[in-house]
Amino acid sequence: MKIALLSDIHANLQALEACLEHARAHGARQFALLGDLVGYGADPGPVLDRVMQLVAEGTPCVRGNHDAAAVAPPAAAENLGEQSAQWTHPRLNARQLAFLAGLPLATRMGMDALLVHASADGPERWHYVADGNAAERSMAAATQMDPAIRYVFSGHVHEQALYFLTPTAKLMRFSPQPGVPVPVPPHRQWLAIVGSCGQPRDGDTRAMYALFDPDAATITFQRVPYDHMAAAAAVRAGGLPAFFADRLEKGR
Amino acid sequence: MKLLTPGTEIDGFVVHECIHAGGMAHIYRVGYANAARNPGFPLAMKIPRMTAGDGAENIVSFEVELTILPTLSGHHVPRFVAAGDLMRLPYLVMEYVEGRTLQHWLEEHPRTLTPEGALQDTADIARIGSAMALAAHSIHQQNVCHLDLKPANVLLREGGSVVLLDFGLSCHAHYPDLLAEEMRKAVGSPTWIAPEQVVGVRGDLRSDIFAIGVMLYEMATGELPFGAPATQGGMRQRLWMTPAPPRQHRPDLPEWLQEVILRCLEPEAAQRYPSAAHLAFDLANPEQVPITERGRRLRGPGLAVHFKRWIKAAGMHYQPSPLPARQIEQVPIVMVAVPHDDVTDATLYSLREAAARSLGIRPGARLACVTVISPSASSTSDSARSETMLHRTHLARLKQWAAGLDLSRHSASYHVLEAGDVAQALVRYAEGNRVGMMILGAATHGLQLQRFIDTVPIRVARDAPCTVILVKQQLPFDALGQ
Repeated sequence: MKIALLSDIHANLQALEACLEHARAHGARQFALLGDLVGYGADPGPVLDRVMQLVAEGTPCVRGNHDAAAVAPPAAAENLGEQSAQWTHPRLNARQLAFLAGLPLATRMGMDALLVHASADGPERWHYVADGNAAERSMAAATQMDPAIRYVFSGHVHEQALYFLTPTAKLMRFSPQPGVPVPVPPHRQWLAIVGSCGQPRDGDTRAMYALFDPDAATITFQRVPYDHMAAAAAVRAGGLPAFFADRLEKGR
Repeated sequence: MKLLTPGTEIDGFVVHECIHAGGMAHIYRVGYANAARNPGFPLAMKIPRMTAGDGAENIVSFEVELTILPTLSGHHVPRFVAAGDLMRLPYLVMEYVEGRTLQHWLEEHPRTLTPEGALQDTADIARIGSAMALAAHSIHQQNVCHLDLKPANVLLREGGSVVLLDFGLSCHAHYPDLLAEEMRKAVGSPTWIAPEQVVGVRGDLRSDIFAIGVMLYEMATGELPFGAPATQGGMRQRLWMTPAPPRQHRPDLPEWLQEVILRCLEPEAAQRYPSAAHLAFDLANPEQVPITERGRRLRGPGLAVHFKRWIKAAGMHYQPSPLPARQIEQVPIVMVAVPHDDVTDATLYSLREAAARSLGIRPGARLACVTVISPSASSTSDSARSETMLHRTHLARLKQWAAGLDLSRHSASYHVLEAGDVAQALVRYAEGNRVGMMILGAATHGLQLQRFIDTVPIRVARDAPCTVILVKQQLPFDALGQ
């Protein structure tokens, strides 16, 4: 049974639908959502409706920093992120806001996996797991939580990466090739950054997610083309900062 | 670790005799307990030595092999059959390949100094070396670098091809490298390890070319180019040292072979063959190897040169190479099929332009100019049409055709093939030499390009194992004449 791991959807309905369809076509029977469901994108309401449907069907989901900001946006926006939180908040209904407010910071999936948006080391502080040291801290915190945790799945950083604990307890970063199933045997510890579904920033406009196969012990990082021009047009039509739209068009 | 008694059953396999008890693992002949599951080829089971005190690296390299072997296919690796759970019951079942290792070959062929012996040796060395290079090329195309090529890991099949064994130190470009943590620490066998591996760079296909060079050196001279160093410092020597030229040990060795061996052993990876296919090509075409000072020298570089290089090596920084498969694509063997009859100057011109363009954007590519002549063209009675004379004439024509190309940065070679079926001959040549790209005229070799008739270009485009560029005549030469 394969599990599709999606993170940083960022209210991008086109990207979410493309990834869900791609995942189902590639054998995903279960999903997991790693936070930042909203923010930046033009369709927070429709995205949350899809997400809430999935969660009602048993999909685990954690809270991201943008989800928290959308529930309680700051009075004065100091950056583009906060500006988008101010834009998002009034566009969500009470049910959707309650859903976001009720999301956990971290949750377990099965016996040996932990889902957390940023870092297991103080999830509410939203540390970026951008290098081996940060990944080591996140993994160590997960192990402290429960030594049975072999996999930490996260987002927040918008680039796909796989960190692994080597035989001499050193953490190495690996840049995966999309579409190649990478063996992740459970006798080692792994931390996967699944990349951003709705806000790719590595110069490639395609959406990202990862397929985890617990039985075969493999993880496949995926890149999915979607109608990013439509997503960008929606951002412009919605009156959001034009930068968010340019970003989707360039993948930067 | 105690040996298993024959007849023991493991996960549905019956263990037979032990065929290898090495430091890292035991290897047994095995069969399925249920004979109906037999895959139709003999099986071997590898079990790592894992008792207390056996060392963690045994287990890691076993894990590496367990991960990489199942991804490999082709004639040059043992087929993967099954694996046990690493934590519970680690074992690996693979095809048992009949043959003998290069190590046995070396033991059976002590270097002799008779002139006749040398000639025979040279042919054997070239044949085995070429087979090794083709085997390495095959795994490189699958994005794997072996990184521990040595005589014990090279198996010579009856038919002359080579099977590579033991992927315990290998590196797959698409998988996390469990041995990468050993950064700045050599992972490999000291005698054959490439200089960049000594400083911790893993995943460069040219490291395998270096190891093949060490083996060729030993096959040719009976000596090891860098000895068998026991220390890290001893291994670092190869970062700056050019070994004594093989002809210093064996003056009767042909210059071309020394040229090939020393090119494999260049300390800087960029100075070696850019892909194993290039190496195989030179070994298969000795008469076309351009001989430089490297091939002719009878003494190694002097102290002054080595001292300069030693200074340079202290700060030597190796660039990690791109994906092996991509690297191979950048340095293809480009083959041009040059027709010899019924061909217009315009077509020859267009072919040359296409070759120049293809080479121009690929600095490391090599050019093979090929022409196919009919076996009936030669005559045993008419000396002007004798086989040698015909070949000579056609070779001269090929060289003349290529004279318009700037080949200062490319190796080039010229080949006259004799065959009745032109398309088949071209395709076979491309297969045999791992040609990466073939250029031929769309309307040459007989007929115009037609839709419903299997013309030579159509058959080649369909059957060739590589990219085929069909060139149409560019210049309106015909119009100029009107």
